[in-house]
Amino acid sequence: MNIDKKIVDDLVANDVSFVTTVPCKQLAGVIDEVENRDEIFHIPSNKEDEGMGLCAGAFMGGKRPMIIMQNTALGVTLNTLATLTQFYRMPLPMLISYRGELREPVACQVEMAVHTKALLAQLNIPTYHFHWQKDVEEFDNILKYTFMSNKPVAILTDANFWGGYGDQ
Amino acid sequence: MIRSEILKEIAPILNPHLVVCNIGLPSQELHMIDDNERNFYMLGTMGLSSSIGFGLALAQDKPVISIDGDGSVLTNLGTLPTIANNATGNYTLLIIDNGSYGSTGDQPTYAGKKTSLTAVAKACGCDNVIEVQDKDLGPVLQDAIDSDEMTIIVCKCDSGNIKLPVITLDPVVIRHRFMEAVAS
Ligand SMILES: Cc1ncc(C[n+]2csc(CCOP(=O)(O)OP(=O)(O)O)c2C)c(N)n1
Ligand SMILES: [Mg+2]
Repeated sequence: MNIDKKIVDDLVANDVSFVTTVPCKQLAGVIDEVENRDEIFHIPSNKEDEGMGLCAGAFMGGKRPMIIMQNTALGVTLNTLATLTQFYRMPLPMLISYRGELREPVACQVEMAVHTKALLAQLNIPTYHFHWQKDVEEFDNILKYTFMSNKPVAILTDANFWGGYGDQ
Repeated sequence: MIRSEILKEIAPILNPHLVVCNIGLPSQELHMIDDNERNFYMLGTMGLSSSIGFGLALAQDKPVISIDGDGSVLTNLGTLPTIANNATGNYTLLIIDNGSYGSTGDQPTYAGKKTSLTAVAKACGCDNVIEVQDKDLGPVLQDAIDSDEMTIIVCKCDSGNIKLPVITLDPVVIRHRFMEAVAS
């Protein structure tokens, strides 16, 4: 199974048509796939809170938005999640690369990984963790749940899910 | 002129259109001068007025005006390259540049010192950047809304504030009625 393609197929099937991204090595394939799909408008942002602002506007304009980012970005988006996305009750699926987990080669990434689930829990953000490739089967249901509940929802995707880093 | 005087003057120009308004006193002033369902008041999230308005402009065809502040643009400078590189003609960014963080007591910003937001916006790739003095804003804003090209307006004005109550509208009400206005 090509998980990049499966994820973007699910986005299209759920009418998600406005996607903003800040890259992570693990997300390179899915970002390419988003960029290449005609059904999706891809707008790279320079910082993830900016991206969440774009998503809030797109949602109010009638589009279903999504953000693709690294877990380290949680640090710069807490205020936006609380005072914009949650305060105004807007849906936002967040596909997040969960750096600093098993098979991580870069020690610094662990420093935000140890806070990631605690921060999401503190914000009462529904959180799913994809560790095995088959976990992607849940993605379609998570998207439906996000737009049903009008909440930000986190999908953490670790290195094992993406197939590791190869030789590093 | 101070920001509240400017907003009073341009309220009739803004009225028919979708407006995303910056946190704090700008939203409180607009709410007092001309509250209507086409205004989206930011109650928090300093810096994102331009991003929210731009996402809205990209998602639908109606004209959108973001009212932003110099301090808020400085805190989200990354917005300008994004706007420049994805320009859409139905979007106008109005930066009210009073050279200070007005809502928190007019502490000076760097935009009131050596930094020119007009030059920054141009350097970021924005094609239509107009710097205008407060008293001349009205016609410039009307032209920007009417034109098919995206415009960034940097309106230089005095710092200073009037006393106003906070907005007590529930955020979900603000968002809901705004979305109905967008869809109507
Ligand atoms: C992250 C964050 N830092 C600080 C504040 C406090 N704050 C609210 S409005 C504001 C000033 C904004 O200045 P500007 O964008 O220039 O608008 P003005 O009030 O001058 O029109 C500040 C510092 C905040 N709300 N959020
Ligand atoms: Mg200011």
